[in-house]
Parts: sequence; structure tokens; C-alpha cells
Amino acid sequence: MNPLAEPVHLTHYLVVGAVLFVCGVTCMAAKRNAIGVLMGIELVLNGANLNFVAFGSPYLQSTSPASIGLDGQLMALFVIVLAAAEAAMALAIALCFYNAHATIDVDQADELKR
Amino acid sequence: MDLELLLPLLLGLAWLVPLGSFAAIVFFGPRMGRAGRGAGYLAIGAIGASAVLSIVALIAWLLAHPLGGDHGSHHAVHAVAGDWYPLAVFGDLKITIGYYIDGLTVAMFAMVSVVALCIHVYSLGYMHEELHEVTDPLVTLSDGQPLKRRGRFHRFFQYLSLFSFSMLGLVIAGNVAMVFVFWELVGICSYLLIGFYIERKSASNAANKAFIVNRVGDFGMIVGMMALWSGLGTFSFDEIFARVRPAANGHALVVPDGMVRAAASERIAAIYRTTPTGPGGAFPGLQNAAEARIAALLPGWRAEGLGYGLLLVAGLGIFCGCVGKSAQFPLHVWLPDAMEGPTPVSALIHAATMVAAGVYLVGRFYPVFTPEALLVIAIVGCVTLLIAATIALTATDIKRVLAYSTVSQLGYMMLALGVGGWVAGLFHLFTHAFFKALLFLGSGSVIHATGTNEMPRMGGLLKKMPWTAGTMLVGCLAISGAGIPLVIGLSGYYSKDGILAQLYSFAGRNPSHAWLFYAAAAGAALTAFYMFRLWFMTFLGLPRDEHVHAHAHESPRVMVVPLVILAVFAVVAGWNVPGTALGLQPLLEQARPLGTAEGASHGHFLPTLAMPAEHLSHAHEIHVPVTLIAFTVGLAGFLLASAMYWWRLLDADLIGRTFWPLYEFLRNKWWFDELYQFLFVRPVLRCAALAAAIDRAVIDGAAHALAAAVRLFSRFDDWIDRLFVDGAVNATANVTYEVGLRLREVQTGQLRQYVLWVAAGTVGLFVLAMFLWTYTLAG
Repeated sequence: MNPLAEPVHLTHYLVVGAVLFVCGVTCMAAKRNAIGVLMGIELVLNGANLNFVAFGSPYLQSTSPASIGLDGQLMALFVIVLAAAEAAMALAIALCFYNAHATIDVDQADELKR
Repeated sequence: MDLELLLPLLLGLAWLVPLGSFAAIVFFGPRMGRAGRGAGYLAIGAIGASAVLSIVALIAWLLAHPLGGDHGSHHAVHAVAGDWYPLAVFGDLKITIGYYIDGLTVAMFAMVSVVALCIHVYSLGYMHEELHEVTDPLVTLSDGQPLKRRGRFHRFFQYLSLFSFSMLGLVIAGNVAMVFVFWELVGICSYLLIGFYIERKSASNAANKAFIVNRVGDFGMIVGMMALWSGLGTFSFDEIFARVRPAANGHALVVPDGMVRAAASERIAAIYRTTPTGPGGAFPGLQNAAEARIAALLPGWRAEGLGYGLLLVAGLGIFCGCVGKSAQFPLHVWLPDAMEGPTPVSALIHAATMVAAGVYLVGRFYPVFTPEALLVIAIVGCVTLLIAATIALTATDIKRVLAYSTVSQLGYMMLALGVGGWVAGLFHLFTHAFFKALLFLGSGSVIHATGTNEMPRMGGLLKKMPWTAGTMLVGCLAISGAGIPLVIGLSGYYSKDGILAQLYSFAGRNPSHAWLFYAAAAGAALTAFYMFRLWFMTFLGLPRDEHVHAHAHESPRVMVVPLVILAVFAVVAGWNVPGTALGLQPLLEQARPLGTAEGASHGHFLPTLAMPAEHLSHAHEIHVPVTLIAFTVGLAGFLLASAMYWWRLLDADLIGRTFWPLYEFLRNKWWFDELYQFLFVRPVLRCAALAAAIDRAVIDGAAHALAAAVRLFSRFDDWIDRLFVDGAVNATANVTYEVGLRLREVQTGQLRQYVLWVAAGTVGLFVLAMFLWTYTLAG
């Protein structure tokens, strides 16, 4: 079965979401810049959002749904709002960290381990 | 108001008021007025209230029971008996706070409270030194300085109040158990008061001696109480009297059924054996039959004398207590030593009230005494009177002379009671209370003025202390029985004549015991001799110690007034109100216990012994010679004393040297103290030392060994604890700590590392789930 030859289906969305998630995780793990890590987080969140929307969409379901089924979309909206709040918080932390240490290298932020 | 209600109320109040004063002084004494002076006024107010109530009760009594008329006949005894409060019931044994009020009780209340009132007032003056800080020159501290202590004015009056309460309680008591309680309370009060100057070794020793010697007598009293209880099943006076002298028998002495049954217990058991009553008395008819047989046999057993011994033991046991309290031979040794207390105490306790309690109790228990017991009482009294009188001849301490005189006069009372002179003995108790209290207070006044007890250092005080000398002279005359024979006399004249007349009557009936009369007559001569010796040595002649004489002064009015009041009583106590039969003697005659008017005779063990009826001694042929004899011997004693100590015709020292063995014998008080020291005190001390040694060596040793073993064991336990228990706990803690340290290494602080771990963990979980979960779901 060649997925590229198939009509667009739920699986395709999930694959794109998984790619986005893995990209985000890799970005979080690899970047030393706090802003880069933040971007990775955004990628992870949006990968997850894509899954929510895909599972919630009535057009992608094989059987006719009983309800209009906007649960997934609603969760996605929540995630977007939370991501906005999280981004505000994280940027504020980064700013403060920079004020204190004159850098935003997350590897430098290990003073709490002792 | 009904007398049955009025008398218990009045006398009960009179009894309890001093208790209230005692309680108030206990709690607030030191804060009453300046240095506790208010305590004295409170105590005087309390005893004054008692005196007023007692006198009101006496008047009420006399209004309800007029004296005279039924003189000596078989009149009914008027007594108000009952219970205020039941304390406890043990089976048949009832312990109550009750009262038994008859003429004797009422008269005793009046006498005790009036004498106590005089002594309280006197103490206000005598004890004034206790208001400030006291320097006691008789007590030397280890640094050679005399003892300085705070004044104890309030405490003295606190004890006086407690004592008044106890004495009145003893008099009003309605049963033997209550008598015993107050008996002991009186004892503890005397202990506290004798030991008032507790820092003085001699005072604390004297207090101990008084207390311990009294315990010896109390032991006998408890035996007597047990005998009474086992035979009669009751402690209450009116029930005891009703059973010992039943009305059905004309109030003659009868061994009560209970005592006969107690003595015949084996025969009763045999009757029950031969008359089976079934298990647990299942056949009441047969049990009644057995009881009927016993009842039929009881008179025969009684005639055999069964139970008589128990009655004798009861009487002698009670008398034992009285021997201790009234300082009779052989327990008389405590009273002279008890003079260590302040003089008002001597007057209150050792003259007028406490020692009189023993005589009072003999009088109260009179219906219970068998003729044999009475003879014992008479002999003990007679021996006491002679011993004490002879010791008083040579004593030089003014208070000791009076102490031995007291013992001797108590002997007179016991002797009179013992030979059937119930009224004579108790009459002497009353008159003696007045003049002996007077003499003691007078001697206290002298001691207060001169600061010494020793008569050889006094002399010539008549001019300095006219009031004291005059009142004491009245006391000396009264105790010697002075009077114009057959016409009139001081109180002692009547009471002593009553005793001697009864003795004369007794001697006429029992010639083998006639010596009692001669001894008592000799005692009368001795009494006059030692009393006037005291008076002459103290007040007449030249001052023997200029220093003492220069310091002497008449006592303050607060001390003189009680002396005068008591002197008046010492004169008039024996008189009837002119033209009437109103007087102490008729009152006592009225109070005479039922069945004792005809004397006592027909004892089981001494059938020939007979105590003659007392009214026989009033007969002319007895009364006149006895009065003359008493007057003659008293005059002889007086003249001898005058010749030796007033006119100086005879040299007392020379006589002492001439008869030196006798003189030494008397001066050493018959060596009684040494004898008791040798017989009792030293063996007891040696036993105590032995016991202490055993205690130290054996019991302490065992205790110490046990302690050492426990210590050893606990050390071992300590080791176990440290090694194993602590070890386990510490090991757990160490392991936890180490693991924590290792695990801390994971916490690197590297954010990217954490993310990697999260990702790897997630992937790992997925991989795990792929292998496990699918099967689970499929399964």
C-alpha cells in the first residue's frame, strides 16, 4: 500500500502530526538557545493539535457521526490558548534569565541542581 | 420548749463553738489583729459562748428536774439520749455521733466551760510574750546563742479551743466509740500543749511521754470496748445501762445475756448439735426449740458465773483507759513531766479537765463495774494517792508539787468511786477542778513574776503579790479541806469529808480493807502538809534570792481576775444555795446512775465484799467522827508545815539529812522513772536498736543488692539497645541517605538532557505497550 497514492485520509494527518512532534522534540533536545527550545515546544503542541483536529473532523470519519463532533476542534482551541499563555510565561522567564546571566543558553541554567 | 430538744441543741452548740473558733484560728490566726492577738479574743468569745450556753442548759435542767425530794430513793434517772448523726453501720455495729445528757453531763459542761473560760482569760495575760519574737534562754543553738523564734500566740489559743471542743465532746458523747474518739483528741491536744515549747528537749520528751503512756492505758480501754461490744452488741450508753442493769431486775447488776452466751458458746453449740435445725436453719421450728432450751438454761449458767469474767474485763478495761488519762498508778509518771507546758495548760489539762476525764468516765461507766472491778479501782486510787502525796512532800518545783497533788487528789476520787462513793468521788472532781485550777494559775502568776519554778529561790512574796498570795491561800485551804468542823467549810471540806465518810462506812463493812480508810486519812494530812509547805516557802519568810525578789511584781489584772473568780468558786462550790436544796451535791445525787444507790455487793469472785450504800455514810455516827478525824489530820499536817516552814521550829534540811534514805527515796520520786527506764524504755530502745541494725544490715542489704542487680541488667539492656536497635535504625537511615545521594546524580540541571529522557521514556513506554498491551487487548 503506497500512502502517497491513496486519497487523503486520517492516516496522512497523523503522519504529518507525528513528523511535527518529532521535529519539535528534536528541536527541544538539540537547541541550547532558550528561544529555540520554545519553538520546539510550539512544534510539539501544534503536532498534537493536528491530531486533535484530524480525529475531531466529521469529514474524515468513515461512518456518519451522530453529532456534529467538534470535540477535537475545541481541544485544539484550548491548546492554542494554553500555548499562548505558556509562550508569554516562557518568554518572561527567558528575559529574566537573560537579565541575570546575560545569556539565554539553557545549559547555563543548572544552578538549582545543588 | 421541750427539754428533749432543747438540751441537745444548747449543749451541742456549746460543744461546737470552740471547734469553729479552732477552725477560724487555723486558717486566719496569724492575720487576726496585731501578731494574732485577735485569736485570743476569738477563743475567749467561743468558750464564753459555751459557758453561757452550758449555764442556760444547767438552769433549764434544774427547772425541769427540781433537786431534793426523792433523795436516795429509787427515782428514775433523767437522761436525754439520742443520736445526732449516724456515721457508719457495720452489721449490728452502729457508730454514731450521739449524746447522753443527764445531771452529770450538764454539771460537767458548766464546770468545764467556766474553768476553761477563766483559764482562757488568764492566758491572755500569761502568754503575752508570744505576741513578739521570743528568745528562749532554755534552748541553746549550735552556735551558743539562745533560740529566737516567732511568737505563737494564736497557735496557743488554737490548741486551747481544740482542747475545749474535745473535752466537751468527751463529756456529751452518747456512746463508747465517740468517747474513745474524743478521748484520743484530748490526748493529742495535751500532746500539742505540753510540747508547746517544742524546741526544748524536756518539753518534747514530756509530750512524747504523756502521749505514749496514755496509749498504754488506751490499749486496755480498747480491750474493754471489745468486751462490751462482744457481750452487748452496742456502744450506746443508755442501751448498755439498760442491759447491764435491767429494770426488770430492780436495776441490780446482771451479767447480760450476750456475755453469758459468749462465755457458754460451747454449750450452745452442743445444744444446736443435738437439736438439728436442718441445713442453714431450714426448720425454724426446731431452731426456736433450741433457742427456747438455751433461754431456759441461761439463768442457770448466769448463776454459775459464766460471762461474769467478761463483764469484769469490760469494766477493768475501761478503767485501764482511765488509769492512763487520770494518771493513776502505775501510769502516773507522765503528769508531773507534763508540767513542761505553759502554766495555763497545766491548769486546764492537768488539773481541771483532761485528767478529770478519766474520773468522769469511771463515773459514767459506774453501772458496768462489778464489785471486784470497784475494789481494783479503789486500791489503785489509794496507792496512787499515797505515792503521789509522799513525792509531793519533797518536790521543790512549785508546779511539780501541784502536779503530784493533782495525781494524789485524782487517787482520792478513784478511791471514793471504788468504795461506792459515786457522789463523793465526782463531787471531789468538781471542787478539785476549781481549786486546782486556782492553784495552778496562782503558781503561774508566781512563775510569771519571778521567772523561776524553784521554790527555794522564792520566799517573802506575800507583800509583792498580795492578790496571788491571798487567792492561793484560799486554794490551799480548800484542798486541805479546811472548815469549822460540822458547821461550815470550803468546798474541799465537803468533798473530802464525803470521801472519808464513805471510806469509813466501807471499812466498817469490810474490816479486811480498812487500810484504805487509814491511807486516805494519812493522805489528808500529807495534803495539808505539802500544800502549806508550798505556800509558806513561796510567800512567807525572808527572800532567799534577792534578784528574784526584786523582780517580782503582782500580775496584770487580766490574770488576777480569773484567780479571784476561781477562788470564789473554790470557797462556795460545796455549798447549797441557802434555804434550798440547790447545790452541786444534790445535783450529782440526782444524776446517780440507776441501781448504784444501794451500793454494790455479791460479786462472783469476792462474795463477801460489799460496797455500802452511799446514803449510809451521811448517818450521824459515821459523819461526826469522820469529820473530826479529817479536821484533826488536816490540822496536824498544817501545824507540821507551819512548824517547819513558818515558825522554823524544826529545820527541814536537818530532817532531810537525818532521814536521808527516805528523803532520797521521795526526792527521786520512788525511782519510778528509773524503774520504767530500766524495765521498759531501755529494753524498747535496745529492741529498736537491734531492729535498726537488722534493717540496715539485712533489709537495706537486700534492697541494695537488688538495686545493683537492676543496674547491671539495665547496663546490659543499654548495650543491646545501642548495638541492635539503634544499629538497625541507623542502618536504615544510612542506606536511605546513600541511595538519595546516588539518585541525586540524575538531576543534572541540563534541560536538553531532561527532554531527551522524556522522549526516550515515552518511546520506551510505547515500545513496552506495543509488546504487552496488544496481547492484553487481544487476550
